[in-house]
Amino acid sequence: MEKAIEVKGLRKSFKTTEVLKGVDFEVEKGSIFALLGSNGAGKTTIVKILTTLLKQDGGTAAVNGFDVTSKPDFVRQSISLTGQFAAVDEILTGRENLIMIAKLRHLQNPRQVADDLLKRFGLTEAADRRVSTYSGGMRRRLDIAMSLIGKPQVIFLDEPTTGLDPEARIEVWKTVKELADGGTTVFLTTQMLDEAEQLADRIAILHEGRIIVSGTLAELKNLFPPAKVEYVEKQPTLEEIFLAIVGKKEEK
Amino acid sequence: MKTTKSYFFSDMGVMLGRSMRHIFRSMDTIITVTLTPIAMMLLFVYVLGGAIQVGTDNYVNYLLPGILLMAIASGIAYTAVRLFYDVQKGIFERFHSMPIARSATLWGHVLTSLVSNAISVVVIILVALIMGFRSSAGVLSWLAVAGILALFTLALTWIAVIPGLTARSVDGASTFSYPLIFLPFISSAFVPTTSMPGPVRAFAENQPVTSIVNAIRSLLARKPVGNDIWISLAWCLGILIVAYIFAMLAYKRKAV
Ligand SMILES: Nc1ncnc2c1ncn2[C@@H]1O[C@H](COP(=O)(O)OP(=O)(O)OP(=O)(O)O)[C@@H](O)[C@H]1O
Ligand SMILES: [Mg+2]
Repeated sequence: MEKAIEVKGLRKSFKTTEVLKGVDFEVEKGSIFALLGSNGAGKTTIVKILTTLLKQDGGTAAVNGFDVTSKPDFVRQSISLTGQFAAVDEILTGRENLIMIAKLRHLQNPRQVADDLLKRFGLTEAADRRVSTYSGGMRRRLDIAMSLIGKPQVIFLDEPTTGLDPEARIEVWKTVKELADGGTTVFLTTQMLDEAEQLADRIAILHEGRIIVSGTLAELKNLFPPAKVEYVEKQPTLEEIFLAIVGKKEEK
Repeated sequence: MKTTKSYFFSDMGVMLGRSMRHIFRSMDTIITVTLTPIAMMLLFVYVLGGAIQVGTDNYVNYLLPGILLMAIASGIAYTAVRLFYDVQKGIFERFHSMPIARSATLWGHVLTSLVSNAISVVVIILVALIMGFRSSAGVLSWLAVAGILALFTLALTWIAVIPGLTARSVDGASTFSYPLIFLPFISSAFVPTTSMPGPVRAFAENQPVTSIVNAIRSLLARKPVGNDIWISLAWCLGILIVAYIFAMLAYKRKAV
């Protein structure tokens, strides 16, 4: 399988805090990869390095086959980023935001692109209102819509559903699944374990600067001590797996 | 695959269009940038003007250059604020993760500053005309005035980029402009420097606003400009170069 993202020995420190101490993982083309980790684990830092916004101190990272440090232009041609906080222009309308991005991606028909996305994300009615009047969920939807413009091959979503209500979350999940079905690689970070469980083909857990486990959900479940024979056999939830692994590592 | 550089001008055009929309949609920007200097002009001409002796019968003519510089100094504060919000809200990062010429993001703001300040300068001149401003200056002199004002705007804009990129709060991003707005008061903008006490006069006569004001005033009055024009050009270029270097350093630190 071809790799959409390859990360080897990635290290990054901010002043005295060592955030990434040697991160390794790979993401297959067309798959959904979830990076799990608690607050401050370094998820956003990884996303920023992969999207050419931040330079790593050591190790290598390649996106779509291009090294992020030596070929940042080619990386940027291949990706789009939906940051942790909705990066939309509040003074422009939703439609204007989309048209702006379409123009910056040098597409043929920016208005048509905007119309299509507005419809797809249920924003047609609010299209000509300033984004400052949008609800959090609408902003997030617009934010994600902006990221889809130009059909990038790899999409980075940094905590895409934080602050959304369950309905909006499910909508975002649907979009993510559609993207992956269409061949786009999706890299998402989340703190919500059920999100990773729902969406991801592969899951990696970032803890204390390293990927402590990664694999499919089934593989992760296998890592968990086999359920004891009781009256009912209880399947471990991902949350239990996470807490068990994290707890274990900390005891060392 | 086209290189991002080849789209520099079209990208910058999109950026310019965007921030011009910002300007026209936030009324307080327009009010502060044009109405405050106009109010100052009204105050000086109709309230204080009678008591100020400048050795000319048309005080509006005397006042206008300083008022224009004040307007520009307050206008560039908004460049810093707009830049600050772009950084703060992650829009800068969004643009920087896209395949566009990175400097287009910054130049879009700089160009916007030039255009918006040009608009307020024109509005203020129109109001001054109504208040009795007259000039017999020819096209070349007007072009020279426009050139000096553009260079002054550019120099201050690059100063504004520095706090815009590095400030931690909106207030931090805009307060740097207060001393700049204040500079015309300790210059030849409102009263002749000869009326000032020694040390103040020494400062006033050796700071950029005085030579810029004098140069513009002479150009508009069709008087010989003498050295003032070269001194003001040197000031503007000097400030521009130093500010540009520091702004670029701040920018490099923000964007890899
Ligand atoms: N520019 C910076 N300067 C200094 N420290 C930073 C900087 N950016 C991040 N950090 C630190 O690096 C660590 C990792 O931050 P990061 O934002 O990557 O975490 P995260 O996993 O995304 O957390 P969250 O779930 O809260 O978004 C944190 O301790 C943070 O304080
Ligand atoms: Mg984060």
